[in-house]
Amino acid sequence: MAGKVYEFPDDCHYSESDEWVRVDGATARIGITDYAQSELSDIVFVELPEVGTQVEIGDSFGVVESVKAVSDLIAPVPGEVTETNTALEDSPEWLNEEPYGRGWIVAIEIEDLESLDNLMNAEAYQKYVEERSGS
Amino acid sequence: MTTSGRSGLIHDEPLLFERSREGRRGVPVDETDVPLLDPAAVLGEDLLRGDIEGFPELSELDVVRHYTRLSQWNFSIDAGFYPLGSCTMKYNPKLNETVAALPGIREAHPLAPDEAIQGMLALAWELEQALAEISGLDRVTLQPAAGAQGEFVGMKIIQAHHRARRETQRKRVLIPDTAHGTNPASAALNGLEVVEIRVGRDGIVHPDAVAAALDERVSALMLTNPNTLGLFETHAAEVADRVHEAGGLVYMDGANLNALLGVAKPGHMGVDVMHFNLHKTFSTPHGGGGPGSGPVAVKNLLAPYLPTPVVRREDERYRLDHELPDSIGRVHGFLGNAGIWVRALAYLRTLGAPGLAELTERAVLNANYLLAELRESYDVPHEGRVMHECVLTDRLQQAHGVTTADIAKRLMDMGFHPPTIYFPLVVAGALMIEPTECESLETLDEFVEAMRRIADEAERSPEKVTAAPTLPKVSRLDEVRAARKPRLRWLPDEG
Amino acid sequence: MSYTPHTPEEIRFMLERIGIASLDELWSSVPAALRARAELKLAPALAERSLLAHFRERAEQNRTAANSISFLGAGAYRHFIPSAVDALASRGEFATAYTPYQAEISQGTLQAIFEFQTLICQLTGLDVANASLYDGASAAAEAALMSLRVTRRRRLLVSAALHPHYRQVLETYTAELDCEIASLPLAADGRTAVAPLPDDLAAVLVQYPNVLGCVEDLRAHAEAAHRAGALLVCVTAEPFALALLRSPGELGADVAACEAQAFGVPLSFGGPFVGVLAARQQHVRQLPGRLIGETVDSNGERAFVMTLTTREQHIRREKATSNICTNQGLCALRVAIYLSLLGRRGVRQLARINLSLAEYAKERLAEARLRLPYAAPTFNEFVVEVPDLANRYPDMVERGLLPGLPLERLDPERRDQLLICTTEMIGREQIDRLVRELGA
Repeated sequence: MAGKVYEFPDDCHYSESDEWVRVDGATARIGITDYAQSELSDIVFVELPEVGTQVEIGDSFGVVESVKAVSDLIAPVPGEVTETNTALEDSPEWLNEEPYGRGWIVAIEIEDLESLDNLMNAEAYQKYVEERSGS
Repeated sequence: MTTSGRSGLIHDEPLLFERSREGRRGVPVDETDVPLLDPAAVLGEDLLRGDIEGFPELSELDVVRHYTRLSQWNFSIDAGFYPLGSCTMKYNPKLNETVAALPGIREAHPLAPDEAIQGMLALAWELEQALAEISGLDRVTLQPAAGAQGEFVGMKIIQAHHRARRETQRKRVLIPDTAHGTNPASAALNGLEVVEIRVGRDGIVHPDAVAAALDERVSALMLTNPNTLGLFETHAAEVADRVHEAGGLVYMDGANLNALLGVAKPGHMGVDVMHFNLHKTFSTPHGGGGPGSGPVAVKNLLAPYLPTPVVRREDERYRLDHELPDSIGRVHGFLGNAGIWVRALAYLRTLGAPGLAELTERAVLNANYLLAELRESYDVPHEGRVMHECVLTDRLQQAHGVTTADIAKRLMDMGFHPPTIYFPLVVAGALMIEPTECESLETLDEFVEAMRRIADEAERSPEKVTAAPTLPKVSRLDEVRAARKPRLRWLPDEG
Repeated sequence: MSYTPHTPEEIRFMLERIGIASLDELWSSVPAALRARAELKLAPALAERSLLAHFRERAEQNRTAANSISFLGAGAYRHFIPSAVDALASRGEFATAYTPYQAEISQGTLQAIFEFQTLICQLTGLDVANASLYDGASAAAEAALMSLRVTRRRRLLVSAALHPHYRQVLETYTAELDCEIASLPLAADGRTAVAPLPDDLAAVLVQYPNVLGCVEDLRAHAEAAHRAGALLVCVTAEPFALALLRSPGELGADVAACEAQAFGVPLSFGGPFVGVLAARQQHVRQLPGRLIGETVDSNGERAFVMTLTTREQHIRREKATSNICTNQGLCALRVAIYLSLLGRRGVRQLARINLSLAEYAKERLAEARLRLPYAAPTFNEFVVEVPDLANRYPDMVERGLLPGLPLERLDPERRDQLLICTTEMIGREQIDRLVRELGA
């Protein structure tokens, strides 16, 4: 299929499980990528963690659902959840419309900034997406 | 063009609550000949509710029209071809309904003493014996209310067996990636961990793949045979041997038993426990989603763990035995969906052994015929002789922007219920077609013609397919809206 | 006979198209060793007339309300079923359809179940109800599992007056899970004792009315449960009671687990019945079973569809809220038809008749100097003590009277206690005979 064009902002880090991380000081905002929202199609529900939850890399910290699919949210960095985007509970469509903006999911106080080194930059993630969607 | 779909007169019909008129009366209630008391005087005001707010007030004709109109919006086996794969939508004989409605059956109370229910217990015993013979296993419980509850019971029995042998570390269940979703869900309900086994390129389970996952933590293998691709698990017996050597047991999901009657007995393939779906193989009505009935058969070795009560036959008398110290316990309030298993017994007795063998033969003949006739128009993901159902994909149509969902919707316009779609999960864009033995050559040919026409439309005028359906009462639904803002009941202020 | 239409000519034609020479070749993937032993040994086939004779003979061996007087209840209730229920529910368009996966051609089933969900909400006073579960017993078990998920706790407290079969099913369902079950004892009046509760409970399960027929103080149980941070699960086996009694939702229950058989579903030896769960909106994501929701089609017309399906096994597989797939759809349809035929007033009128019959029976039994051990209010079931019950019971059955359920059969400690149920199918004459027999 002729490849869809996805947006992968340069100021984010990306995980293999399709989360983005945008760092501001020690705080990271996390969401799902444009590719992830497109694969899931219309998102109808988001399950958010409680503020104060401690997560390790690889922990499931929430769930996003479309009509016929469920996808775990996997923590790309370790730390404590300091904020959640509760507006998504009423407006899950923001995840589709503005995955890097209003569709952010949680903010985490990062415990280990070096963990960001394990994530991809926009260019590497773009390649990673292309590999998976085949040609 | 000879497909049977036509438009017709369809009535609109509001919700019961919208049809309701204050003060209208439905069926009259007989008076009683004891003094009618004021509930407040008996129970006290504090326990009493007021009116049941929102409850409808309708005349009997209102109700009859309401449900008659609703019924006409449904597709059913009685009206047309319903090749929903894995669901075995065969003809549901009317005779079975007459049997279940016999007053002595319909009015039988489940807590009547054994002397008062000898007829029911005799029927239960008769069915248990027949199912044991069909499965090649020894004992049967009729208690599970549906296939998924049967899976739950079967897996619990297996856990009880391991526990009795002090092998409590066996907490893993091997399940092929072609399995129904109920299999992993039933395993999880038993506190078990699911290990997925990938089927080979030929669509079936291979002994090496199973062997690689076997160790002392494995409780059981859950196998559906034939599998959801319609393929017979040719290595089932060898796979079972491997599982047994490693101390595990073999569970068979009997959803596709329609393909095995008189052809192979699960007990001979190393199966230790299995469930039946009486509403599939044995013709009881699916009821718009249920009720079903999911009896479980086990080898003698596992009989001590069956749910209580069990039916015993002693000197021509029958009794319910509640004293089974190692039983997994009860899973149903009473003895399962008796009104359903009685229908299944009526079907079994109508067919007898030759009839059962014949039905399997014709079910498999029909599935292979459809596959042969459709293989030029649709992609066939797995080669090989199929059993009771076949799986196609939308790979060829996707090039024109037509998907499995579109093909399914277009079939409605042609007068058919679509096949099961997007299942099994291992096949992208699957269309799983199970014609059953009951369909005639001309019905199959009409379906083939419709499917070929859709393939043709996909190439020439794909918008016809993607805009379907146009004939049913409603067009494609906004499922996203339903899930984002769920409205799960009527409320008066919503109008 | 196998309901197959193929003529020999057609079979030859089909084999040719498949490209095989004989039917035998259909089995090329089945090992010969299996086929060689596959022949079935079953009773000979019967054509319709003989078959009906066989089943009629079996049916007539049963002693039922069709040929005896029955005061049996205890979770399976005999109420009058108007003719229109059978006529409508047996329509092939309802009975021979399946799960409404294809919403466009299943609107009848979908709207009917949406209406069923609404009726259950109105009756229970709760916000959402599912499309049915197997029966009241498994509904109670599913309610318990749901409360474990909602509260993320692992202890359940169960009233000692919960139907013992329901308790047993609950134990079977939870046996392999990390969870503990304890009992809440009875007070002298036949109701569950209300006491302060520990604060690590997931749920308290109370039956309303309970298995002894007594109407629990649900509000007090709800308050106690909520003080401990637990859910109150209200189990109801005789839903006619809810036509008169304050609803579980009004009294603070968080979940109602009901057996709705009493509403138009025949006894049929205990199944198919119809379990249903109702709950508060905030817990909808943890509710097991199918849900039908309202939406619109591409032309903006109102339509109904299965929704929130990601909770279910076919999508979430081992992480689903339950393994249930096939439910009791046709029985749920019967319930909805039955309730619409009786309507808002008819249901309450019938409930009032049931209550009056039970009160009449209690009064007459007391006059006959039989002891009614429990003082709590009852609906259409109650307990009476009958000296030497076990020995006298078989004779009464033999004489065509099923006088109720000896509770010893549910609980060995309840010797000489008889649970009597009076629905509208019973009249004064039958009660008078019961009193004569029991008092003798």
